[in-house]
Amino acid sequence: MYKLNLSEINAFFAKIAQNEKLYIPADNGKGGARYTEWAEGVELSNACNTERSAKDFFFPQTENLVDFKVNGKKIEVIDSREECEDFVVFGVRACDVKSFEILDSVYLTDPIDSYYKNRREHGTVISLACSAPEETCFCRTFGIDATKPAGDARAYIAGDSLYIEALTEKGSALLSSLGIAETDDTAAVYAQIAETEKKLAELPLAALEAKDFTKKQLDAFNAPVWAGLSQTCLGCGSCTFVCPTCQCYDIKDFDTGHGIKRFRCWDSCMYSDFTMMAHGTPRNTQLEKFRQRFMHKLVYYPMNNDGVYGCVGCGRCLKKCPISMNIVKVMKSLGEVTE
Amino acid sequence: MIEETLIPKLGVVTDIRIDTPDVKTFRVVGLDGEKPFIHVPGQCAMLSIPGVGEAMFSITSSPTNEEFMEFSIKKCGCLTEWLHKMDVGQEICIRGPYGNAFPVESDFKGRDLLFIAGGIGLAPLRSVINYCRDKRENYGHIDIVYGSRSKDDLVDYREIIDEWCADKDINVYLTIDREQEGWDGHVGFVPNYVKELDFKPTSTAVVCGPPIMIKFTLAGLIELGFDKSQVFTTMEMRMKCGVGKCGRCNIGNKYVCKDGPVFRCDQLDELPNEY
Repeated sequence: MYKLNLSEINAFFAKIAQNEKLYIPADNGKGGARYTEWAEGVELSNACNTERSAKDFFFPQTENLVDFKVNGKKIEVIDSREECEDFVVFGVRACDVKSFEILDSVYLTDPIDSYYKNRREHGTVISLACSAPEETCFCRTFGIDATKPAGDARAYIAGDSLYIEALTEKGSALLSSLGIAETDDTAAVYAQIAETEKKLAELPLAALEAKDFTKKQLDAFNAPVWAGLSQTCLGCGSCTFVCPTCQCYDIKDFDTGHGIKRFRCWDSCMYSDFTMMAHGTPRNTQLEKFRQRFMHKLVYYPMNNDGVYGCVGCGRCLKKCPISMNIVKVMKSLGEVTE
Repeated sequence: MIEETLIPKLGVVTDIRIDTPDVKTFRVVGLDGEKPFIHVPGQCAMLSIPGVGEAMFSITSSPTNEEFMEFSIKKCGCLTEWLHKMDVGQEICIRGPYGNAFPVESDFKGRDLLFIAGGIGLAPLRSVINYCRDKRENYGHIDIVYGSRSKDDLVDYREIIDEWCADKDINVYLTIDREQEGWDGHVGFVPNYVKELDFKPTSTAVVCGPPIMIKFTLAGLIELGFDKSQVFTTMEMRMKCGVGKCGRCNIGNKYVCKDGPVFRCDQLDELPNEY
C-alpha cells in the first residue's frame, strides 16, 4: 500500500493533474459536495458523498451523438466522435463504484455504446473507503462493502494519512508513476475498517433486507401498495437525476443554425412524455410511472442480470425527494406483499 | 472508434405510394442503390429526418424482396407528417434492423397460417405474408383476414386484390367497419368476422392491429379453440435507441425493441399488463 501524509494530499493531486484532468469531491458552498476539477485551492470535501452521483463522468447529462448537414433533399451524416482525454476521478464511494458495474451491464453489452465505452476506457477511478456513513446509507442491503470499494485503486483516509492501493493495471500504472512511498504498516487502515463496520451495523437502515422479488413479477406489479406509495409523487424526476444507476436517455435534434446536432440527454420514467406515442401512453397515471421506476430497480433489472439489484443504496433519493418517498419505503411495502 | 448503432446510414426514397387518406408506403434504398441492410420478417428500422425526429417503423417489405425496403406509414405525428409531405429523391436516415422476428423458419414451418390484421396493423404482417408467399412450399394453407374503417382505409389494397387474392391456395377475407357505397364485401369488425369464419384451431395465428382489436380477436380465437401459444402478435412502444438501452419500451423485464416486437400471446401473459 502507498502512504502519504494528509498534509501532502494537494501535492499528490497536483502530480496527477500534471498529466490528466483530475476530479475530486469538493464542498459546493451550499452544505454539499460536488465533483470538481482539481486545481490549486480546490480542497477535498469531508462530505460522506456528493449530491450528484459519479455517473456523469461516463454518462454525462447531455452529449452529442452525431451531426448532420441538410441541403435540400440531401443529408450529410457527420460522425463527430472524438477520442476522450484521459482523466482520473478520486474519492468515489463504494456505492457509486458499484453503479458503474450496473451502467456497464447496460452500455457495454452488445451492441456496445461507443460513447460510454470511450469515457470508461479513458477514466481511472480511485475509490475512497467510507469512514462516516450517513443515516440514509444502505449499501450493505445490496451486499456492497463501504470499507472495501472497488475501482482502479482504493484509498483510505485513516489518522493523519492517506493510504492507497492499486486494484487494476490501470490503477497500478497511475500510482507507480507518482513516486509515493510504500508502507507495510497498514494497522491504521484495519483499525478504521473495524470502526466503520461498527458504524455501518448501527445505521438506521442496517436491517433493511433486499428480498428476491423476481419470481413474483406479477404479484409485485399488481400489488395494491403502489396506490398509496405513489399517491403524493409529484413526478419531478429528482430521484432519477441524482440516482447513480438511472441510465434512461432521450435522443433529440437541435438546429444550431448551421447544422443539426443529434444529442442524447438523461430522461426520466417519471415524466409523462417518456412513453407517449401517437395513440397514447401505456403508463398514463403517476402510479404507473412510479411503479415502473421501482419495478425496474428491484424486479426487472435483477431478472435480467442474475439477481443483481439496480440500486446501490447510496441514499441520494432519500435526501432529495420533496415528498419523502423513496426506495426504502417501497422495498418494505413490497417485501410484505410478496412474502 | 467502434461502429455505433446510434449513427444512422443514409437512404433515399425512390417511390411513394398513396395507400389511404393517411397512409403512404415509402420505398427506400441505400445511396448505392442496394437495400440498406438485410432483415427478417417482423423486424423494424429507425427512420429519421435530421431536425425533425426519429422513430421506429416496421419494415413492411419482405426480406425476399432483394431490391428495396418499404415502410407503410400512417400520418399521426411530427415526423410522419413531414414524411407524408416529402417527395421522391429525399434522402433519409435509417438504422437497424432491430428486434426479433416471426418464427418463419421454426414454429411457422409446415403449419397452416392465419393472418389477422386491422388498419395499419397490416404493415408488419405484409412482410411475413409476402415472405411466406415467396417460400410457399414451406407453409400449409394461408388465410388472411383484414379489416379497416372503410374501403379507402385498406392499406395495400391493390396488392391484396391483384396478388394475394389471385393466389390459388390463399384465402383473403376483407371487411370494413360500416356499409359503404361500392363495397359488396363483408361489413363488420375483425374480431366478429374471425368468429363467423369459424377457423379451425389447427393453424398458427398472427394478429396485429389496434390494441382493442388484438384483445377481442385473441378472445375470439380462444373461443374457437385456439391456444395462446398458437397466437403471435407484434407490439408497439415508444423507442429512442432500438437496442434496449434508452429504457422506455419495456413490458416488465422485456424490451419490445430487442426482445420483441414479436411475442407469443402466452408469453405476454407472464408479463405485466402494461401495453
